Amino acid sequence: MAVNTDKNSYTVIFAAVMVVIVGSLLAFFASSLSEKIKENERLEKQQNILYAMGVNENEDEGSVNFVSTDRVAGEFQKYITEQLVIEGDQITKDDNAYLIDLKKQETVAKAGKTRKLPLFIGEKDGSKYYIIPMRGKGLWDAIWGFVALDNNLVVQGVYFDHKGETPGLGANIKQRYFMDDFTGESILDGTEYAGIAVAKGNNDPTNEIKDDNEVDALAGATITGNGLSAMIKESVNLYKSYLESIRAKN
Amino acid sequence: MALLSKKDTSLILDPLADNNPITIQVLGICSALAITAELKASIVMALSVVFVLGIGNVVISLMRNIIPSKIRIIVQLVVVAALVIMVDQVLKAFAYELSKTLSVFVGLIITNCIIMGRFEAFALANGPWRSFLDGIGNAAGYGLILVIIGFFRELLGSGTLLGFKVLGDPIEKTGLYATGYENNGFMLLSPMALIVVGLIIWVQRSRNKALIEEN
Repeated sequence: MAVNTDKNSYTVIFAAVMVVIVGSLLAFFASSLSEKIKENERLEKQQNILYAMGVNENEDEGSVNFVSTDRVAGEFQKYITEQLVIEGDQITKDDNAYLIDLKKQETVAKAGKTRKLPLFIGEKDGSKYYIIPMRGKGLWDAIWGFVALDNNLVVQGVYFDHKGETPGLGANIKQRYFMDDFTGESILDGTEYAGIAVAKGNNDPTNEIKDDNEVDALAGATITGNGLSAMIKESVNLYKSYLESIRAKN
Repeated sequence: MALLSKKDTSLILDPLADNNPITIQVLGICSALAITAELKASIVMALSVVFVLGIGNVVISLMRNIIPSKIRIIVQLVVVAALVIMVDQVLKAFAYELSKTLSVFVGLIITNCIIMGRFEAFALANGPWRSFLDGIGNAAGYGLILVIIGFFRELLGSGTLLGFKVLGDPIEKTGLYATGYENNGFMLLSPMALIVVGLIIWVQRSRNKALIEEN
């Protein structure tokens, strides 16, 4: 039986049926898998935070290996001693602070209200780590990360990730050789919260100069690098008053 | 009867050389320029496209007699987008690490003109088995060029292959770098990918004069 596929009525019915089928198929997939996906994302966040403070399973000098997913919840309990939520001048403890959605908080801030800033305090081998989560813009989409600082606001480790940066170029911000460069840099330039800039041609490709607030850029990824610099600078300034209090205690 | 007839074999083999989607049909150039700075990304993209184009072609081919011609492009777009999103969701739930690696490619696959091109040119007019072979063949031809470009860009641009420092260490000045060799940073940028594509087209056409178009 041949159907006249050129008729207008057929076209409309076909389109309607297709939308219903595809729509319900996608909705079914999304809702039946959403719990599992959320769980994966939760564990990933814990892995990322731990990675920034140096709790990971890196083997050689090139690999980025997180604590495995079946152990991460326990390790997170063990190493992250405090989770704080900073809301204006108010600082409260909250064991689910790591689940705070930074993107939503940005919208809150844009609406003129005070945003919630999560901060994680970790302890490893007797030293304290202050881990700041951050979020910014890369070339194509969002970039985010965690920066672990010590009492003197010197970076002890970082983890960066991205949603859709160009593979081989901007996507390399999550490569070990790039992230490791941040360790040892201070986010302070004198008393100013300068952050750490991703700089081109700073004549320091091996990153031996640790007091210049700069790390060597990735070739071909200028905009991702600039976005990363801006993200770090903005974020540390958001936490300025809390970070000042850490410095004062010292 | 053989599993693949002569025509079937040519469906798979032709796109690898004399009817290559990138160098002859000039489809899929955008992603060939965008993600070939590293060999690994090229390989991942090539495999993803083989998968999506193979299955997508079959789905479109099965639907070919009921798709209204007026809205066929929309239908094709819906099929490929739905397919890619479903695969992405399943990977996110059961293979999270893998999905993280692939997530950047999702957008590139949906908008890849090879996929729409093969739906339009082949799957709408042929049976599912043939369409499947055509999809695999064209995606492989596309992937082959991607891998060649990725190989040269990573080797000459970063001095590595799949992340291994095959030419020595540029900072410690070992291996080839001891002789004063430097990486060519320009290779990492898209314009150089286009030039590499041009070189491949040149080589291919000078080997087989029949491919040169008449003006």
